[in-house]
This record gives sequence, structure tokens and C-alpha cells, in this order.
Amino acid sequence: MMRYLMSRLWQSLVLLLLVSMIGFAVLNLAPGGPLSQYALTPGMTQEALDRIARQMGLDRPLPIQYLDWLWHLLQGDWGRSYRDSQPVLGIIGGHLFATLLLMGTSTALSIAIGTWIGIKGATKRYSIFDYTATVGAMVALSIPTFWFGLVAIYVFALKLKWLPAGNMYTIGDGSIGDYAIHLIMPSVVLALVNVAVWSRYMRTATLDVINQDFVRTARAKGLSQRRVLMKHVIGNALLPMITLAGLQLPTILGGALVTETVFTWPGMGRLFLDSLGYNDYPVIMGLLMFSAILVLIGNLCADLLVAFVDPRIRLG
Amino acid sequence: MSSATLVPPARPVSNHWWQSRTARRFARHHLAMLGVFMIVILTLACVFGPYLLPYDELYIDLRARFAPPLTGYHIFGTDPLGRDIAARLFNAGRISLLVGFFAMLLSTAIGTVIGVTAGYYGGRVGAALMRFVDAFLSFPSIFLLLALAAFIKPSPFMITVIIAVTSWMEIARIVEAEVRSLRERDFVLAARMLGLSNSRIMFRELLPNAIGPIIVAATLTVARAILLEAYVSFLGYGIQPPLPSWGNMLNGAQQYLDKAPWLAIVPGIAITLAVTSFNFIGDGLRDALDARSDLH
Repeated sequence: MMRYLMSRLWQSLVLLLLVSMIGFAVLNLAPGGPLSQYALTPGMTQEALDRIARQMGLDRPLPIQYLDWLWHLLQGDWGRSYRDSQPVLGIIGGHLFATLLLMGTSTALSIAIGTWIGIKGATKRYSIFDYTATVGAMVALSIPTFWFGLVAIYVFALKLKWLPAGNMYTIGDGSIGDYAIHLIMPSVVLALVNVAVWSRYMRTATLDVINQDFVRTARAKGLSQRRVLMKHVIGNALLPMITLAGLQLPTILGGALVTETVFTWPGMGRLFLDSLGYNDYPVIMGLLMFSAILVLIGNLCADLLVAFVDPRIRLG
Repeated sequence: MSSATLVPPARPVSNHWWQSRTARRFARHHLAMLGVFMIVILTLACVFGPYLLPYDELYIDLRARFAPPLTGYHIFGTDPLGRDIAARLFNAGRISLLVGFFAMLLSTAIGTVIGVTAGYYGGRVGAALMRFVDAFLSFPSIFLLLALAAFIKPSPFMITVIIAVTSWMEIARIVEAEVRSLRERDFVLAARMLGLSNSRIMFRELLPNAIGPIIVAATLTVARAILLEAYVSFLGYGIQPPLPSWGNMLNGAQQYLDKAPWLAIVPGIAITLAVTSFNFIGDGLRDALDARSDLH
């Protein structure tokens, strides 16, 4: 286990290094580089720009700048927002809870529904249910999340008036029930794509397990279909799903960005778009790096969890 | 020479590509045929539609603001400036479909070159390239796309490039796996013995054998690229108005959702139709080519 843990940690560190290089490259793509916001200040002269560049260390060779940037990054110094001079990491931390709440609820929802659809499709293969689920999943993957959000707002908030059209809570209320009501629509909208992905993979995984010898043995010893499924099939079919959950993280994060925009949800995605509007490069870069690191950590956790549950990986 | 005595030459049964087993299997795939049908209709509508409509996509008529669908000749209604939505939808479709198509070409090219190189050379070069692919996949593509679009002045060309730059990784992975499995086969050894250059073996010997999975992945990439264009344009960082695209038609739709829901519904259906069709076609191609993929 220790050896697996170390090798997996090492891989993640290498990836983190590559991710930081890509991030740094993107940062330097900005026209005029990180200096661009100063260039817009009225009355700015070339000499003043050069002086700022020297102060910020931008006259040094790129590899040195990169190492310096990485060093600060690792120490938790992610720069300060151009908008309000607050430290970037603090701003991101302030928006983290809302995003994690949305992503967590939505993922739990999509796993529950997707698992059910996948197992039902696999056990009743080629039935009308299976066929509908297959086609439905492909259509669900094709619907733009933001558009689904708009349609949901139109139907459930504007016409039926069952649910609020946006925000995380009502100002002056903020009880758990109030949060829950606001959470329903965005988490269902965000879940749509993931239900589709999850049910497809779950169907394949269940079919793989159902055809194995130990399932035939379980059936042969007279267990009911339900017991075979509950005791022998679902657990094994869910194993590869842990890895999938890790791999789906970038998609869920990206989906959260769009969902948060449509539902004015005060999370990281909303922050990202607001920062884009203000050309707030430190926050944009911070969020880009933060989301990639979140994904790396998520994948690492998923792999370690699989190794913890499945001795074949741990010992093999 | 009299033609009556001429014996027709014996022809192999499947001489043309449309008579091949793959093509027949594809034609039997109902969803894929539905996809092809819808794409043909959409493309024809986008190419010829603007000539058939009495309105220009930029013609502003303030007396006809917020006309609901089927008002006079405005079959899909009008927008907040009184512009005809049908005219805008078809013109937007040209942009969106072209961006999707060219982004697919570019990302397939990037992904194929990187995948073939990594798969053929293997070892350290291959491992390094594939870690690079993994690193790119760690970024949520919309975050990367928006950051790039915010830093670079967006034009249809640049949006196409940016979408391609953020969606070549799947194809690289597929090609790498395919080439790696073909690398040790006898025909590659034979090519090496003949003294063919590495690039010739990679692109003339190996690549044609991996074409099936590439075609499937490329088709699905069109769907993905159309979606990504819609996302960035909806958020205001993609195709810039007055040039219409399906994504930026939805950009202002949310604030008029109560008053004019058709502003949101019409372009959204167009996007969903196009993306679903390409996904159906990709699925049909996968079944027809029997390209085993671990996805879906």
C-alpha cells in the first residue's frame, strides 16, 4: 500500500508541475503580459511601465520568472486581486463553500439516479427502458447546461412559481430549508449531464460483473435476483465508478461554472466570470490553477480510495 | 469490334465504399441515419435559409420588437431590437457549424500528431507527451477556454483555434493507444526493414490502420466543439455581436425570459439538434466500424 501511495503521489506532483507550466504559459499570453492592466491607467508612460516591470521582476528571463511564480504559489502567495487588493487565495476560499455545496449535492443526486438507471438498463438489457435510457443519455449529453437552466427557470420559477430563479438564499432568511429550496434547481440542472455519463458507465460495469463466474455461482446456490444484485453485483460494479467520479471532476467543475452563472450562485464559477469582466488576471489565474489542483487532488483521492477498497490494486 | 461480344469484366462485390460492410452497417443504424438527416436539413437551412427569408439578419425594426413566433413573416419571432430571429438563427448556424467543423479538423490534427508520436516512439518521449495530455485534461475545459478567450482578442478564427487547443486530448489518447498496439506488428517491421523513414511509417503505415477510431472521435469532437462555442459565446467571450452565433443569441435571453421566452428556446433547440445529431452519427460510426472504445 505504501509503495502504491508513494508512486501515485509522485505522479501527482509531476502532473502538478506540468499544470503549473501550462498555467504560466496562459498567464503570459495576455497581451502585454501581467502588465496589461497598468498600461490602461490614464497618463501611463513607457518609462513608468518599464519601472513597474522591473519592480515586478518582469525584465528577468522567463524561466526565472516561472520559478519565482511557482515558489510564491507553493508558499500560498497567489497574488492580490486587481479589484480590491485582497489576497487571491482568500477570495477563492470565500467562494469555495458555495461551489462545493452545489457540486456535492449534484454529484450525490447524479450518482443515485445514474446508478439506478444503469443497473436497471443492464438487468433488463434491450428492453424499452434500456433503449430509452441509452437515447436519453445521448440527448442529455447534447443539451447545453445553461440552456437547460434557462428552460428550468422559465418553467419552475417564472410560470409555476414553485422555486426561486436564482441566488443561494433569501436575504434575511438563510435557514437550512431556504438553502435547500434554492439548491434544488441548480443541482438538478448540473446533474443532468452527469446522470447521463454515470448511467452509461454503470450499465457497462454492471454487464461486466453480471457475466462473471461468481455471479453465476451466487445464482446457482439459489439466491434471489434481488439478493444477487444487492450483495454481489452492485458493490463490484461501483468499484470502477470511484475512478470515474475522479475523472468526471473537471466536467462537473466546468458545469458548475455555467450553472452558477445562470442561477447567480455565489461560487467559484461566478467569481471567475466576474473577474473576467474586470480583467482581474490574478484571480483568473488563481481560479484556473486552483481548479486544476482540485482535480488532481480529487483524482488522487479516488485512486487511493479504490486501492483501499480493492486489494487487487493495492497488492498487485 | 462489336460490343455484343464484349464480356463485362468481373468486378468485386464491394467495389465502392458505399457498398462496403461498414457503410451498410452504418445505414442500418436508425439513430445515425436520423442524425445525418437532421444535419443535412440544418446545413441546407443555414446555407439557403437566409436567401429565402424577407429579412436581413442585421435589419433593425423597432416597431416589431419582441414579436412572438409566427407574427407575419417572422416565423421564429423577433429579438429586443426587432431583428428577425429566423434570419439570425440561420446565419448564426453558418458560424457555429463552421467553427465546430474547423475546430474539429484542427484538434484532430493536433491530437493525431501528438498521439502518433507518443505511441510510435513510446518510452520516455511517449510518457512525457502523455503526461502533458493528462495535465491539459486536469483543467476544466471551460475555465481554460474562457481564460484564453479573455486574454486573446476573440474573432471566429481565434475562437476556433482556442476550442481546438482545449479539445485535442481525447483524440491524442485514442491515437496513442491504437498506435502503441500496432507498433510491434509485422507490417511495421517490414516497413522498417525496407528502410522507410520514421515519419513515413508513422503517417503512411500506422495511421491508416488507426483511422476508424479517429473518425469516430472526430465526429464526437464536432459535437463537443459546437457545445463549447455555445458556452463561451453565451457567457460573452466567444463570437462577438453583431455577428450572430447560436451561443451569443442566447447571451441576452435570460433577462427577457419572462417577456420573450422564444429568444432562449429557439437557438437552444438548434444547438441541441446539431449536437445530438453529431453524437448519434458518432455512435453509429462506432458501431459500424466496431471501434471498441472504453467511452460510453
